[in-house]
Amino acid sequence: MTTFPLLAVLLPFLAAFAGLLLPRLLHRRGPAAEPGGVAGARANTRAAWIAVLPTAASAVLAVWLAWGPGFAFLNGEGTSSLTGRTYGTIVTGGVPISLTLQADDLSGVLGVLVTLVALAVQIYSIGYLRDDPRYPSYSAFISLFTSAMLLVVYAGDLLVLYVGWEIMGLCSYLLIGHWWEDRGNSRAAVKAFLVTRLGDVGFLFGIFVLGMAAGSFRVADVLAKVPEMSPATLVTATMLLLAGVAGKSAQVPLHTWLPDAMAGPTPISALIHAATMVAAGIFIVARLFPAFLAARPTLDVLAVVAALGMLGAALAALAQDDLKRVLAYSTVSQLAYMAGGLAAGSDTSAVFHLVTHGAFKALLFLCAGVVIHHAGSNLMSQMGGLRRELPVTFAAMTIGFAALMGLPPASGFFSKDSLLVAMDGALATGGLTDAAALLLHACALATVAVTGAYATRAWLRTFFGEAKPAALPEPAPGTAHVVTGREAPRSMLVPVALLAVPALLLGFAVEPHLAPGVAATSVVLALLGAGAVYAFWRIDPAADPARLLGPFRVPCERAFYVDGLYAALLVRPVMVLARLVVSTDDHVVDGAVRGSGRSARGLSGALRFAQNGNVQLYVSGLLAGVLLIVVGAVVFA
Amino acid sequence: MMGWLPVALLAVPLVGALLLLLAPHALRPRLRAYGLVLSGVTLALAVLMVAVFDYAGAARPQFEVDQPWIAGLGLRFHLGVDGISLPLVALTALLTFLCFVYLCWGRERAGEQLMRARPRALVFTLLVLEVGMIGTFLALDLLLFFVFFEVVLIPMYFLIAIWGGEGRGAASAKFILYTLLGSVVMLLGLLLVWAQTGTLDIEALAAAHGAGMARSVQILAFVAIGVGLAVKTPMWPLHTWLPDAHTEAPTVGSVLLAGVLLKMGTYGFARIAIPILPDGAAAVAPWLGALAVVGIVYGALACLAQRDLKRMIAYSSVGHMGFVLLGFATLTPVGVNGALFANVAHGLITGLLFFLAGAVKDRYHTADMPSLGGGMLATLPRLGSLLTFASIASLGLPGLAGFWGEMLALFGAFQPANVLPRPLFLTYMVIGGLGAVLTAAYFLVMLSRVTHGRPQRPARPAARVLQEVGGPPPAVPDDVAGPPPAVLDDVGRPPGDVRTHELLAWTPLVVLILLFGLWPGLLLSLTTPAVLTLLGVAS
Repeated sequence: MTTFPLLAVLLPFLAAFAGLLLPRLLHRRGPAAEPGGVAGARANTRAAWIAVLPTAASAVLAVWLAWGPGFAFLNGEGTSSLTGRTYGTIVTGGVPISLTLQADDLSGVLGVLVTLVALAVQIYSIGYLRDDPRYPSYSAFISLFTSAMLLVVYAGDLLVLYVGWEIMGLCSYLLIGHWWEDRGNSRAAVKAFLVTRLGDVGFLFGIFVLGMAAGSFRVADVLAKVPEMSPATLVTATMLLLAGVAGKSAQVPLHTWLPDAMAGPTPISALIHAATMVAAGIFIVARLFPAFLAARPTLDVLAVVAALGMLGAALAALAQDDLKRVLAYSTVSQLAYMAGGLAAGSDTSAVFHLVTHGAFKALLFLCAGVVIHHAGSNLMSQMGGLRRELPVTFAAMTIGFAALMGLPPASGFFSKDSLLVAMDGALATGGLTDAAALLLHACALATVAVTGAYATRAWLRTFFGEAKPAALPEPAPGTAHVVTGREAPRSMLVPVALLAVPALLLGFAVEPHLAPGVAATSVVLALLGAGAVYAFWRIDPAADPARLLGPFRVPCERAFYVDGLYAALLVRPVMVLARLVVSTDDHVVDGAVRGSGRSARGLSGALRFAQNGNVQLYVSGLLAGVLLIVVGAVVFA
Repeated sequence: MMGWLPVALLAVPLVGALLLLLAPHALRPRLRAYGLVLSGVTLALAVLMVAVFDYAGAARPQFEVDQPWIAGLGLRFHLGVDGISLPLVALTALLTFLCFVYLCWGRERAGEQLMRARPRALVFTLLVLEVGMIGTFLALDLLLFFVFFEVVLIPMYFLIAIWGGEGRGAASAKFILYTLLGSVVMLLGLLLVWAQTGTLDIEALAAAHGAGMARSVQILAFVAIGVGLAVKTPMWPLHTWLPDAHTEAPTVGSVLLAGVLLKMGTYGFARIAIPILPDGAAAVAPWLGALAVVGIVYGALACLAQRDLKRMIAYSSVGHMGFVLLGFATLTPVGVNGALFANVAHGLITGLLFFLAGAVKDRYHTADMPSLGGGMLATLPRLGSLLTFASIASLGLPGLAGFWGEMLALFGAFQPANVLPRPLFLTYMVIGGLGAVLTAAYFLVMLSRVTHGRPQRPARPAARVLQEVGGPPPAVPDDVAGPPPAVLDDVGRPPGDVRTHELLAWTPLVVLILLFGLWPGLLLSLTTPAVLTLLGVAS
């Protein structure tokens, strides 16, 4: 049992290596690079087995690990039993790194979420990328992604956690850029890696501060030393950690990579948005929650960031035409909810929402994948009336949207309610400064309404109204966009159906502590938003209900021009600087070197006049020298 | 005990090189096998050394040989290895052997361009180079160190000047003049130490920790020795010989230059400058740190705007060596450990990168990125994947070797030695961290340009450098004249993906990058005791 965390991490890790090497090694004998050929199909089948089995085994291990504590963490019963062990220590000459992998009640819950969603995504991908010649590497990267996230979840040492944290950045880069033939996808992948890495630098420094103050990088030691640390240390450390959290969990101001990350295949979006990557940021705050609670300025910053992020992203989601981008902005908004819950002092409700969100967002993305697969386009303006053609998907996606809006009895209702209760309570208990608490609560309520609006809009525009003529199949860059006119293959529908169950029912797994007033308010607000969109849609089903935003529509659609701002403030200056450095290097630094070489040659050229082979000159020089010496000797003697 | 081992490490390549002079005709038909066997034997000796090394005593030199050499001057032939030099000796033997594998494996195919032109001279040059490199890491006498340090220059000069690219003349002249000039300054520093203490024995000097030298003398000596080492490292702003030398050098030259020669500079800091002159180090360290972080950011920015692949990798060395120097400048065990780790990691990773760049150049006959045109993952998937792997290792991804050194160097800067100003080093740490982001940026932009995108007929090398990063991909005019350069290689076949000799030469590097990345303790447990001793923390 103590080796289960290690095994859970190692299995997908080894699967990643096997998946990268084995199908290709065996592949080599056949005619290479033959998409859809027999050899390619066989390699894909092998890769699918290599990918699915270890992930399934990891899921079993994770469930086993979570079996004991169960949902104790979400119910607020802090059990502190640790399952795991330390596999040695790495000396560094200073604070050592201990290779500890362990599971407690928090990581137990997260581990189950990660492995189950990853398993669903792996199975779904078999159908989604059936004819893709690069499916083996794709599934191997998903395995690596799963392994890295599990490393974050089970790590008992902050630097070990950081390793998993960064490898996730790499996997997101590789997977978002899966269809790298298109330069746009490649750019999105680079952006995802760089933006998150910018935050990760802060995160690493935050780890340094905590590790140095505690004299150890072990999570348990750090948390034990929190009461002894000075407020300045704690605020510095948590603020720096927050940079990493903002990067990974796509919070303002580092959220810009997430909507672009939609360039990747849809199952990847499900994986990134539900189980891995973005969940890591919320998880790490919950993991180090005592340190954050002791640093109140950090919580205020977190509250403001969350408040701005949740409302802004929800408004942006309301104006998008791309179905996946709607869901992407919705993720930013929902993650801001969780961050708000953490700022309000409730890590249990934040993790609860993280889990339910993981279930329903994975469901929504996988359904969106089916829809996109079917319609051959990401754009909602090219969809409509799909409920008759895709009945299963329609039902599942309805559950997903209901959970997203927070309508009972779907899981999102319960978790969102507990978050709102926490934010409501933050005003009273004074964990935050009043202004921050007010802003947070107001934005959270407004966001509930906007969430209702954008979810309804996406639902209506996808499944209702006139059926649009099927768009032409998009030939490139992906090979997954195949129009068949039927429901998706079973490998895609089974994960969808299985995910619909927790998305609907997960709320009942936790002891309900509902506040009737808050619950009623949020449901009414969500229905108000939904109703407004419905009214606009009824007036003209063909037109986009986003027009209710009026003049704000364009800024919302552009996500308030943040991307353009960063391009103007950061990207272009760096590029100008880079060119400046190159020309400086050539003309100034190297110029000095070449110049000294040239001047040496010039000097030697001057000296050469004296060495021109003219004997008379030499003799005259010699005589002149003798004369000078004689005169000098006579004068000074 | 086992004192013959370091001598044998030097003797095998040296005797091998001399035999080439004595019996040229007998060996000519078997040159490939000859080079492989000799470097293989040297590698086997290095592996034997790694195997029988007493890891409990990694802090002290082992396998010591101490014989009088020039009695009149008090020079001694003093060799030995400890935890600091052992990895570098092994790295040198490994990289040299892999270079021979790259050149000599197989028949009539591999490393064509190089082994066709004056093959005997090439094998001779590489063997002499190996003697100098291994000797530098083994020497425990200041002048002996200097002798080996200089021995390396001559074969490297010929390697660039004879087998190099178009601009090899200027590049090789710049290389040798620049580094010789640095060496002269270093020699003055070494002589100053000798004059003050009366001994050249590195072990004794390091144990004395600067006793017997006034602070001002130490500073002067540190600056003099430091300048010599910094030229070799190279430290900004003394780096401009490097891009030219790398760009013009043949593949094996680049690999050894980046993989081993640069390490000799940084090794000098760990072996000589810091332990022998602690007060001088403490006084100069803030400046060293400043130049190091300037190098990190400057190198990264320079890479961002490069269009030549080899030149870009060369500039990336400036940035990576900046991390190494920053680690040394902190004067803490963590920082020095990080520097030594980054040293070895850089040797493996950049060695691999230069191998790959050479392979790209072999196939496309250019390393100009706009001319390569993108889509390498489609045309040469294995080469493209390896390039991706090496780039990601080089940008310091945790789990691969490049990360730990940089992380520890930054951690050292977070809490530098007590004599150093902490706020200054915190600033360095932040700048270094941002430099790491820029490092990621230029590698990913490079990958995006070269490996991503649709394979297209490469455009004419036009005057657009950074267009593709921001805007839409520029359309390729349909009227590009002439066949694309990537269609045929010089034997008249389409460019193949990774070949056997390449795979053999690269696989060990890939495996080691993974191994040190996943289990950094392998290297850190070796260097830590030695580092603690040299900093005087545990003696």
